[in-house]
Amino acid sequence: MKGLSEVLSPETRRPRTSLDIARIREDFPILGQKVNGRPLVYLDNAATSQKPRQVIEAISHFYSEDYSNIHRGVHTLSQRSTQSYEAVRTKVQKLIHAAEDREIIFVRGATEGINLVAFGYLRPRLQAGDEIVISGMEHHSNIVPWQILCEEKNARLRVIPINDDGEVIFEEYDKLLNSRTRLVAVTHVSNALGTINPIRRMVEVAHRQQIPVLVDGAQAIPHLPVDVQALGCDFYTFSGHKLYGPTGIGVLYGKASLLESMSPFQGGGDMIASVTFEKTTYNKIPHKFEAGTPDIAGVIGLGAAIDYVQAIGIAAIGAYEEELLAYATREVSKIAGVRVLGSAKEKASVLSFTLEGVHPHDIGTILDQQGIAIRAGHHCAQPVMDRFQVPATARASFAFYNTKKEVDALVNGIRAVMEVFS
Amino acid sequence: MSDLRDLYQDLILDHTKRPRNFGQMENANCRADGHNPLCGDKLTVFLDVDNGVVKDVRFQGSGCAISTASASMMTESIKGKTRAEVETLFEKFHHMLTGPQSVESEDDELGKLVVFSGVKEFPVRVKCATLAWHTLNAALKHQVEPASTE
Repeated sequence: MKGLSEVLSPETRRPRTSLDIARIREDFPILGQKVNGRPLVYLDNAATSQKPRQVIEAISHFYSEDYSNIHRGVHTLSQRSTQSYEAVRTKVQKLIHAAEDREIIFVRGATEGINLVAFGYLRPRLQAGDEIVISGMEHHSNIVPWQILCEEKNARLRVIPINDDGEVIFEEYDKLLNSRTRLVAVTHVSNALGTINPIRRMVEVAHRQQIPVLVDGAQAIPHLPVDVQALGCDFYTFSGHKLYGPTGIGVLYGKASLLESMSPFQGGGDMIASVTFEKTTYNKIPHKFEAGTPDIAGVIGLGAAIDYVQAIGIAAIGAYEEELLAYATREVSKIAGVRVLGSAKEKASVLSFTLEGVHPHDIGTILDQQGIAIRAGHHCAQPVMDRFQVPATARASFAFYNTKKEVDALVNGIRAVMEVFS
Repeated sequence: MSDLRDLYQDLILDHTKRPRNFGQMENANCRADGHNPLCGDKLTVFLDVDNGVVKDVRFQGSGCAISTASASMMTESIKGKTRAEVETLFEKFHHMLTGPQSVESEDDELGKLVVFSGVKEFPVRVKCATLAWHTLNAALKHQVEPASTE
């Protein structure tokens, strides 16, 4: 079928000055509906993004025509499934500019990617008194696995402080690194503030002391071109569902030498070369880390999603979203009583705000009544809320299918919130 | 938008903006903390219970309009009531928000609390309205663990 067995679409296209958003929106069946009698305005893309028809159809087509288990059958369907599955590995490799496709491991999502590094890489290497460095803007998924390890090994979690704009304080980061630091785990883009972290510089500084760096790319991958070799990071992980792909599938990239040095995370079928009751020899990477039947259809859907965004061009998507975010920030800031959290120079697609005298949860309910979907709460980043001394924020997060008209609907919606509470 | 008026009624907004019995209580003999992890609402309920009767009640914390108003109105409606009466009231309140039938607005015992009947149409907000009551329950039972809506 088209798009699946095909190899890549041209990888980076010249950014278009403008996208045909009306045309793009037609690809997303869910966007055409009304919610509470109003046209749906979906601004919760940082939580998860909607799926284009191409992704939905790729999954449906795969189940209807090609589906079988992979890597084990000699029959035609199994070969077809295996080929399609492995072709997506190559697509991902090209997407993030990894050196080799065996550096791409399919996982359930960024959370599993981080846990794989925590338990597969760091746990056997971590000793009492060792340190792990994270930033003050991490999602709980990039905090809790490290806390579990620290507790188990009596190691120490160090946190890079962030400034009032929501940026990491680089000098403090530099000072935190020392001979006991075993890993830096940092987000590429903050889900609560939208800050884009200076990953390349952060990796450089860590590598001077031979400290490996894991990057949580869950919020970055839908908005920025990612080049893991240029960033220099040792691990990079992201979820498919934020990249317009299905839930339940994600990617962990790791440098081949590191992956090869690691023990398996889970044991089972497909991750072995041979098994006897006396001894089991493990398969090579990446299969060593893909025990059991994986989410094959999820991988196929992810491949279709990658094709879809690459056909539009990730640079063009990023440029459009930047324009949209700037417009939204300007318009929402005009409303009296609004406080925008996160004013980093480098930001992507997230507008986190509070409204004086109104709890974000009430903002969320009142906007929902107008068909506007935003997120209200702590965004699984409670330490960020504590840093800015708010219990929660309202968060509008944008995708390339959103429009300025939708931003206007948000602004009117916030004014309606003010009316209720006036 | 019409449902919004049912949710955010004037009485509710009044209690949100000017919560009654708000603040600490020095001589409390029961207290409990409550937490709604979904939205981060946190509150503490203080009680002065004498001979099985709620002589005084106060609360403090931060939360959304619904949870703050519910806590405020709860304090007004339980003062002077016995434990058993408070329990019955909570049951009725809970039933109004989650039960299959709509509650008669002239339910005498619920009194002003019927103003929260609109919350029923907003299932994700039911926990906001019941947080204070769960916390009250914990305080009456001298529970040490914070009450949670989960």
